[in-house]
Amino acid sequence: MPLALVHARYQLMEIVRVPVAVFGSAFFPAASMLFFVVPFADDDPTGATYATAAMVTFAVMTANIFQYGVGVAEDRDQPWNPYTRTLPAGPAPRLAGRILAGLVLTYVSMIPVVVIAAVATEARVSAVQFLLGLGAVAVASVPFTLLGLAIGYSLPSKAAIVVAQVVFFPLAFGGGLLSGPDDAPGFIKAIAPYLPTRGAVELIWAAVTDWQPDPRALVMLVVWVVALAAVAGWAYRRDEGRRFS
Amino acid sequence: MILARAEQVSRRYGEVLALDRVDLTVRSGELVGLLGPNGAGKSTLINLLVGLRRPTAGRVELCGGDPRDPASRRQLGVTPQETGLPGTLRVGEVVDFVSAHFPDPVPRGELLDRFGLADQVRRQTGGLSGGQRRRLAVALAFVGRPRLVVLDEPTTGLDVEARHALWDAIRGFHADGGTVLLSSHYLEEVEALAQRVVVIGHGRVLADDSVAAIRGIVGVRRVSLVADDLPALPGVVATERADGRVHLLTTDADQLVRDLVTSGVPFRDLEVRPTSLEEAFLAITADDRPAPTPA
Repeated sequence: MPLALVHARYQLMEIVRVPVAVFGSAFFPAASMLFFVVPFADDDPTGATYATAAMVTFAVMTANIFQYGVGVAEDRDQPWNPYTRTLPAGPAPRLAGRILAGLVLTYVSMIPVVVIAAVATEARVSAVQFLLGLGAVAVASVPFTLLGLAIGYSLPSKAAIVVAQVVFFPLAFGGGLLSGPDDAPGFIKAIAPYLPTRGAVELIWAAVTDWQPDPRALVMLVVWVVALAAVAGWAYRRDEGRRFS
Repeated sequence: MILARAEQVSRRYGEVLALDRVDLTVRSGELVGLLGPNGAGKSTLINLLVGLRRPTAGRVELCGGDPRDPASRRQLGVTPQETGLPGTLRVGEVVDFVSAHFPDPVPRGELLDRFGLADQVRRQTGGLSGGQRRRLAVALAFVGRPRLVVLDEPTTGLDVEARHALWDAIRGFHADGGTVLLSSHYLEEVEALAQRVVVIGHGRVLADDSVAAIRGIVGVRRVSLVADDLPALPGVVATERADGRVHLLTTDADQLVRDLVTSGVPFRDLEVRPTSLEEAFLAITADDRPAPTPA
């Protein structure tokens, strides 16, 4: 088995043995779905589909920012982490394993949202749209994975938890995840295209509906990915495990 | 063949200079003890040699390459701190995980047998006793059939029996041609295992010699008493006066006391104490204290 898969498998094993960790990243989007989407969706299939896709983006964002931000920072606090760095493998398999495991958990954390949408709303997608949506989720998770890694590798775990919480709220609201594509308040419409959340949700909307994505948001998404990759790479290279002063 | 080398290596953490121009060479087949008090710089030196940290100045080399290059670590075995084992994983899973990184790992059953952990294979590491966790941690260093094993305080906190069992495992590896670099703050442990001892204090190499030679230095005792005038006494390594008492450091306290008595000088409140490693080395080598009076 390639080393990246070995690392992914062990990451998942550790997470699954403390299942509440999985529950955490699935809870927020599912609860938001129940409180903000189900009561207002009426019987409008299009609106419900948009709102569900937005909640899926919400789930993708939460799962990735917290998993990597808090998870990486906590791992760096554990003496096991420096030990694994003495094994004869470079950073690539470890990082690839972490990202694979992250992707699996991202998909798991959006299951409740999708189930609620199918059962309690009129949201509907075709099989092709569903598969496109799964692909879009993988792409949309890239900026949030990088954001989480940047946080996790540059901050101690206590600070990482706070920063992850502070970052994720404005990203969710500012990106318009809690309003429909066209009925967001004016100031959100103004800032949304410049946030990575908007580009991410536009991608998923485009995959599961006939939404025409805003080119500005997609260009900004690429800009975010490049910028966050640079920060995450820098934080990773300067990391030598726990910090002492 | 040289397996690990540090050349004029310094490492600074902010204001603290943890290592100050250290030289160390470990050759194939050696069993080297790294001895020094807590905070002396042993772990920092080890972290540099296994590629966990970069030196601030100087050069480190592992198996002929840069320790930060994964290929240089292929023949290296390291022990995690026992507290660092992932608590939710089972003993067998932890071994399998480490094995996956090596081309020809020791089979799991054989390894666990050797370290007396065969019955624990299904236990989660969080549920092991301290001694079992420590044995597992040390066992992991041997999974990849390494040429060089680096053990940082391998038996700290173990009871006597468990300590001796681990020593046997380390001796067995060395007898089969393996090379060991082992840090400890117990002279006893280093004496039991090593042939060569490198003493580290305040970030510097204070001595690098055979076990016998080092024992002669660190086996120093402190004879302290109240007396006005003392004649020159043989065997005194250093003399200090503090708080009205005279402290004599010597390698043979029994003989010193005999000499004191036969010299006929009046004295009272005689005390004989072993010196800690730190004390012994500070007294003999520190240059930031008043120079000891040679006897």
